[in-house]
Amino acid sequence: MIELENVSYTYGGGELLSDVSLQLQPGSFHFLTGPSGAGKTTLLKLCYGALLPTSGRLSAFDEDIAWLDRDQMAFLRRRIGVVHQDCRFLDHMTVAENVALPLMVSGQAETAKREDLSELLSWVGLGSRLDAHPPELSGGERQRAALARAVILSPDVVLADEPTGNVDWEMSQRLLRLLVELNKMGKTVLIATHDLSLIRAAKSQVQARVLRISQRQIQLAGADL
Amino acid sequence: MIRNLLQRDARADRVVPPTGYTAHLTLFVSGAMAFLAVFALALSLASGRLADRWATELAGAATLRINAPADQLAAQTEAALTVLGQTPGIASARALTTEEQGALLSPWFGPDLPLDTLPIPQLIEIIEGEPGLDAVGLRLRLGAEVPGAVLDDHTRWREPLVDAATSLRRLGWVSILLIGGATAAMITLAANASLAANAQIIEVLRLVGARDRFIARAFVRRFTYRAFFGAVVGVLLGMTGVLLLPEASDEGGFLTGLGFQGIGWLLPALIPLLGAAVAFLATWTAASRKLKELS
Repeated sequence: MIELENVSYTYGGGELLSDVSLQLQPGSFHFLTGPSGAGKTTLLKLCYGALLPTSGRLSAFDEDIAWLDRDQMAFLRRRIGVVHQDCRFLDHMTVAENVALPLMVSGQAETAKREDLSELLSWVGLGSRLDAHPPELSGGERQRAALARAVILSPDVVLADEPTGNVDWEMSQRLLRLLVELNKMGKTVLIATHDLSLIRAAKSQVQARVLRISQRQIQLAGADL
Repeated sequence: MIRNLLQRDARADRVVPPTGYTAHLTLFVSGAMAFLAVFALALSLASGRLADRWATELAGAATLRINAPADQLAAQTEAALTVLGQTPGIASARALTTEEQGALLSPWFGPDLPLDTLPIPQLIEIIEGEPGLDAVGLRLRLGAEVPGAVLDDHTRWREPLVDAATSLRRLGWVSILLIGGATAAMITLAANASLAANAQIIEVLRLVGARDRFIARAFVRRFTYRAFFGAVVGVLLGMTGVLLLPEASDEGGFLTGLGFQGIGWLLPALIPLLGAAVAFLATWTAASRKLKELS
């Protein structure tokens, strides 16, 4: 589904990732961990085409993303839902409008029903916050709204960058349950986190592969987790 | 394509924040430029009318002046009228009466000028017919038969006047082009500023799968509608200004004829449409370039 073959990424003269190979199989669940600055966010950005590898090959849905034009890249991003640590909302629009943004940009807004949107927001526990604006939401509510936005187009892959970075333990468990639920629906999930307790908590809920970025390379994490 | 791009999608428009100084700048610039364009158009149309009038009114007439001693004046006038009567292309020729000549001179010398005591030349008014007067041939014949006759077919002073009016009309159109260019430049700057100020929004839109066309359309629609409504206000103010100008009169000369006549009153209605078209092209070009830079 998403495959990195000997991918390296250099920025400002420094190599952030070196010779990384990784396969995200359909329906799989991955954690990506490592210390801050190790390159987790860079790897995620490579996966959804926000960055292009300096060397190596990165393919998504059997297409080499180096050869995609701007329109094809936009279509690729509709198949990959991303939850950013800072959520990235349009503050002048309501929560419902922000969540429906992928529908709007893909020309499906006309067919979307408010009831469906309400149902999706209820699934993430924000059924009563449709008309609120992002600055009015708490950290956990923002993350859940971002998750709703990431999955509204029913993407094949969901990438989450530190989704529990700004929320308490209870909320992080709630978010984890939602991501596990998505995986059970057949979505491929990759969560970048430095929160090892989240990974430990997930072990009882899902068969997850834990990857660690260390010294610019990616390794399968051992039993010390 | 343009219809598709301008098709109103209120929800899609909302991705661009509705406020910002670029909104006011676009409204003001398009309004001010439309206001100026109304006057440039009025100037151009009035100059055109003037050029046409001078060209047609004077082209069909000529004047023959008989400068002769008093005792020969009547004979030479008679001879000149005979020559003119035999010349093809002349519909009529008539010697002006003493009263008519006095009326011509009265603006300069007053009504009590004793014409009888002054050596005033006799003027003959010539009205051209078809196929028109051969001035060169007529001059040759008059030179032989009426030694004191001087033919003035008005070309000497008509041409500079018509040229001046034509230049003024051209100046009006050049002004309109410059106004259009300045509008395009200002709207391009405003669009660039707006795109730069909304770089984060563009990034978010791209992250959720927006194509550049979608993003550009959101900005283009905003700027096109703003330019259109600004221009409508500018045109209404400009038309009010033109309506308040004094009406054309002989005493007022050219300046009082500055305005629209007949179907010309409809032409300013095109200015908002042209303003919107200019804004559309300027914003589309700016957005396409900026979005490539931001990728």
